[in-house]
Amino acid sequence: MNVSSKICAVIDYGMGNLHSAHGALQAVAPETQVIVTGDPHIIRQADHVVLPGVGAIRDCMAEIIRQEVDEVVREVMRTKPLLGICIGMQAMMDRSEENGGVDCMGLFPGQVKFFGNDLEENGERLKVPHMGWNTVGQLGHPLWKGIPDQSRFYFVHSYYVQAENPNHVKGLGHYGVDFAAAVGEDNVFAVQFHPEKSHNAGLALLKNFLHWDGAA
Amino acid sequence: MALAKRIIPCLDVDQGRVVKGVNFVGIRDAGDPVEIAKRYNDQGADEITFLDITASHEERDTTVHMVEAIAEQVFIPLTVGGGIRELADIRKMLNAGADKVSINSAAVYNPEFVREASQKFGAQCIVVAIDAKQVGDNHWEIFTHGGRKPTGINAVEWAVKMAEYGAGEILLTSMDRDGVKSGFDLGVTKAISAAVNIPVIASGGVGNLDHLVDGVKLGGADAVLAASIFHFGEYTVQQAKEHMAAAGIEMRL
Repeated sequence: MNVSSKICAVIDYGMGNLHSAHGALQAVAPETQVIVTGDPHIIRQADHVVLPGVGAIRDCMAEIIRQEVDEVVREVMRTKPLLGICIGMQAMMDRSEENGGVDCMGLFPGQVKFFGNDLEENGERLKVPHMGWNTVGQLGHPLWKGIPDQSRFYFVHSYYVQAENPNHVKGLGHYGVDFAAAVGEDNVFAVQFHPEKSHNAGLALLKNFLHWDGAA
Repeated sequence: MALAKRIIPCLDVDQGRVVKGVNFVGIRDAGDPVEIAKRYNDQGADEITFLDITASHEERDTTVHMVEAIAEQVFIPLTVGGGIRELADIRKMLNAGADKVSINSAAVYNPEFVREASQKFGAQCIVVAIDAKQVGDNHWEIFTHGGRKPTGINAVEWAVKMAEYGAGEILLTSMDRDGVKSGFDLGVTKAISAAVNIPVIASGGVGNLDHLVDGVKLGGADAVLAASIFHFGEYTVQQAKEHMAAAGIEMRL
């Protein structure tokens, strides 16, 4: 029997702080070897892969393409569980409005749109970025296992995902408009919020991911 | 269901210890930052902010190690402020595990720093801290050096400018109220919250739980920050959140 520990690769493409994602993944699965890496060989060998991301989409996509992360991600998405977080999720869509319009990886059909500067709800102005703890309506997926529906997760974003195929939406968010808080298909799952910053609900989701075999 | 208002316990840190000054003098020692951060995390704090009041640059590495230790155990957003003067300071704190940095006097001396920082690291991690004092009717001015040095800058106009420069959030502290427990300065909180389209954190003056409610309901704050009411065990964060929820405010309970 193979007793070697499983590997989770957190893809590092130079877009800043991956400490939190690494720390949270490691905390929920001490037996897993969580590696922050940009090395395609390690990413290909990993059992689970996380595509995080912070900052602006133009820089993110530029680095993703420059470091050929998109090729590795396309490969990984056919073979093993892949989790996109925040900009990592947005980078999986067709195109983002941010930075004057940026083409993304196109793993899911859909657009990334700006909340706008005049967002409101019931006459109350909503500030942008959408920053803080908001509820997510869960749509059947194994990664929600054990997490109460409408649990709050921590969001920080000014752009939101509008998925073209409603079957891809696995979590519903609402902030002035409805948006996809989570999308998924087959062994790919992606979330707009930061599970690594979402206390118990977020840790539970990460734990579910690391125990997921990729079967939806 | 809507976006929850946030409660942010604030830890003033000097060389790796949590302290809290009253009107920025008369410091009392309140304990180990890792322990306190964990306690607040367990109590349901929505974020934690550290204000590093360590005097010298060299000793500030203690803070970096402290942030590293906390980030390993606390999985909610962490903000670090105090002594953030250059892009290298920001990178250091973010690499240590901070999610946001708060820029105070460096923004006053060089507003372009905020723009650069926001472009480099993203607006989501740039908080601009504003220390304001009332100097007339509906007129508040920015002060630096712990409230000692006037700048002549109008606080509301400054907040608008900082939002334009790429701040993702404003941390507004009333220097008249800080440590005196008579409640937030609701006038300046309301004025700034109405003037900018980014979240505003109200700070300075919390003495009881109704003050937190007022900060949101009357001041229009998106988040409320408090230190001593939590540090000395008067209230838990959970009690504060329940009190705010009972007052009809959307909270994460």
